[in-house]
Amino acid sequence: MDRDPHVCVMGEDVGHYGGSYKVTKGLADKFGDLRVLDTPICENAFTGMGIGAAMTGLRPVIEGMNMGFLLLAFNQISNNCGMLHYTSGGQFTIPVVIRGPGGVGRQLGAEHSQRLESYFQSIPGIQMVACSTPYNAKGLMKAAIRSENPVILFEHVLLYNLKEKIPDEEYICNLEEAEMVRPGEHITILTYSRMRYHVMQAAKTLVNKGYDPEVIDIRSLKPFDLYTIGNSVKKTHRVLIVEECMRTGGIGASLTAAINENFHDYLDAPVMCLSSQDVPTPYAGTLEEWTVVQPAQIVTAVEQLCQ
Amino acid sequence: MATSFSATLPLHGSQENRLLLPPIRLAPLPSSFLGSTRSLTIPSSRRLYHAHAARRSPVVGVQEVVKEKKVTNSLLITKEEGLVLYEDMILGRSFEDMCAQMYYRGKMFGFVHLYNGQEAVSTGFIKLLTQSDSVVSTYRDHVHALSKGVSARAVMSELFGKVTGCCRGQGGSMHMFSKEHNMLGGFAFIGEGIPVATGAAFTSKYKREVLKQDCEDVTVAFFGDGTCNNGQFYECLNMAALYKLPIIFVVENNLWAIGMSHLRSTSDPEIWKKGPAFGMPGVHVDGMDVLKVREVAKEAVMRARRGEGPTLVECETYRFRGHSLADPDELRDAAEKAKYAARDPITALKKYLVENKLASEGELKTIEKKIDELVEEAVEFADASPQPGRSQLLENVFADPKGFGIGPDGRYRCEDPKFTEGTAQV
Repeated sequence: MDRDPHVCVMGEDVGHYGGSYKVTKGLADKFGDLRVLDTPICENAFTGMGIGAAMTGLRPVIEGMNMGFLLLAFNQISNNCGMLHYTSGGQFTIPVVIRGPGGVGRQLGAEHSQRLESYFQSIPGIQMVACSTPYNAKGLMKAAIRSENPVILFEHVLLYNLKEKIPDEEYICNLEEAEMVRPGEHITILTYSRMRYHVMQAAKTLVNKGYDPEVIDIRSLKPFDLYTIGNSVKKTHRVLIVEECMRTGGIGASLTAAINENFHDYLDAPVMCLSSQDVPTPYAGTLEEWTVVQPAQIVTAVEQLCQ
Repeated sequence: MATSFSATLPLHGSQENRLLLPPIRLAPLPSSFLGSTRSLTIPSSRRLYHAHAARRSPVVGVQEVVKEKKVTNSLLITKEEGLVLYEDMILGRSFEDMCAQMYYRGKMFGFVHLYNGQEAVSTGFIKLLTQSDSVVSTYRDHVHALSKGVSARAVMSELFGKVTGCCRGQGGSMHMFSKEHNMLGGFAFIGEGIPVATGAAFTSKYKREVLKQDCEDVTVAFFGDGTCNNGQFYECLNMAALYKLPIIFVVENNLWAIGMSHLRSTSDPEIWKKGPAFGMPGVHVDGMDVLKVREVAKEAVMRARRGEGPTLVECETYRFRGHSLADPDELRDAAEKAKYAARDPITALKKYLVENKLASEGELKTIEKKIDELVEEAVEFADASPQPGRSQLLENVFADPKGFGIGPDGRYRCEDPKFTEGTAQV
């Protein structure tokens, strides 16, 4: 926002409140109430307003207080965000960033625990990225703001408390690239967002048991970085996908299809995908735990695949 | 409903120009609604509403401001202005008539929604705007694009699906865009353009207040009566008034949404009233009379430029044809259609110009001939233009084609030579 006065923020409680997860804390004091706009509760309209502003020269960062609320903005995200550049014959660009916290939290209930990346992935003309560490959060956010394409940046409700030392100076993370988290030889584990931490926890156990997993945080949910992913598959010949999306129609489903289509010859075993249950996330803690993939399941899956 | 224009500004008392708030009525409301031939039953609760309407809101009604204006001469327009308005309406009408012909000859496809009868609204508003002002429309957008300055050739080619179309053939009838003329679309779903218009108005305000630029640009959003029952409409009325955005919401109330009568779908059919509920003036104007529309538009646009915020203008108008070229138009009463046909805005303007000696029949005929030739030429141009090639398939999906990602070979998909051919795997 310092660098480019056209960058602005809009969303519910982003200004005076500092954001529901304090992501925009202090910005309204520094940049004013118009650049950090507290909107009324009208997702479809303020997302559309951000799109209209982007078409006419601004670079809005639109926040969904919870990504689930963006279901109300689906009309604007699909028709105007994704498709307008094309239907206008390339005349208008929509350099918006749509961001917010999503994913399964701690007993937030079904509606606040949704994974919107499944629903948005088919929209042509948008890019989707998911950050998972303070380092890639800063890098991806900057890249998304600077991109001429509309980018949806998925943050996770449980990852805001992570602490990490990151460079003060400018850097960006490439929107289309995946991140190598742990190189290995035996199996490729593809994951993103919060599940990265479950995978790394499982990885500790697996290393103790003598396995050498390669862990890749795909980061770019649309499009997939088939180069990084492909190189890994060609090396290990086994793939496990660990995601938080539901079984049906999630990112994992698409990734499984893409790997089978592109790298079938390199696989020694079918691609395995661990996803959340096709269940509305229950409120009760025990039930909630059983809907998402836990480290123990990851360990079992790797052992199975590596037999 | 008179077809001739009065020589002086229309004052209150005429059905066509309502005050901001209705007077307290002790007698029951008339049982017909505007020119509709359907009867409207007023429930007794509505009489209670009108009794309370005496509470004045601090919002000044646009009509009141217009009424206070001193009229120095008795004519509303000069000759030059009159000819510009006439030519624009004739262009709109001839173009749409040609679209119908071309559609039935198999040159144009899909859903095509024609604007015949509503020309006074487009001309009345858009001819007051500058190039840098923005217009947002719906699927009934051909004439808004033409009034805004997009060439007839570009619009016709777009309708034929040719590369020379304003959107390279990729948008079609319902997506007329022009960056040069600030025509921000063309939207297929009703209501989805209104937030975009609100955003364009937001940019105007942002430019003034954050970027400290001189910016007086206003945005005009056109939409119909059906849209006024949609959530996005209300959400935007709220935000526009809240942030005092330079936007004018123009409702083209033609009484019908495909086959749904406005009266059957709306609890309170008087749409202009919804403006004051959100803190902006709500004005009702006879949309079959281009001069009346223009007077209201002038004040609404000036309000917006002065930074006083939005206005809601409801234009009573009518579409002479069906909702689209696929609509058999069986539900509308012949008597209703006849009543509005007698109020044809073009005939009315012609009469005004001739009777007030602003133009001769001969001059107007010259304009009509010129437009006929222009539209014919546009068709020839569109016919002769090439269809999009395969190479166009993948362009314009992303402003930055890196968005298609990195392929298994490590190169970006868009670097694949087949990408420009339109045959790359993406």
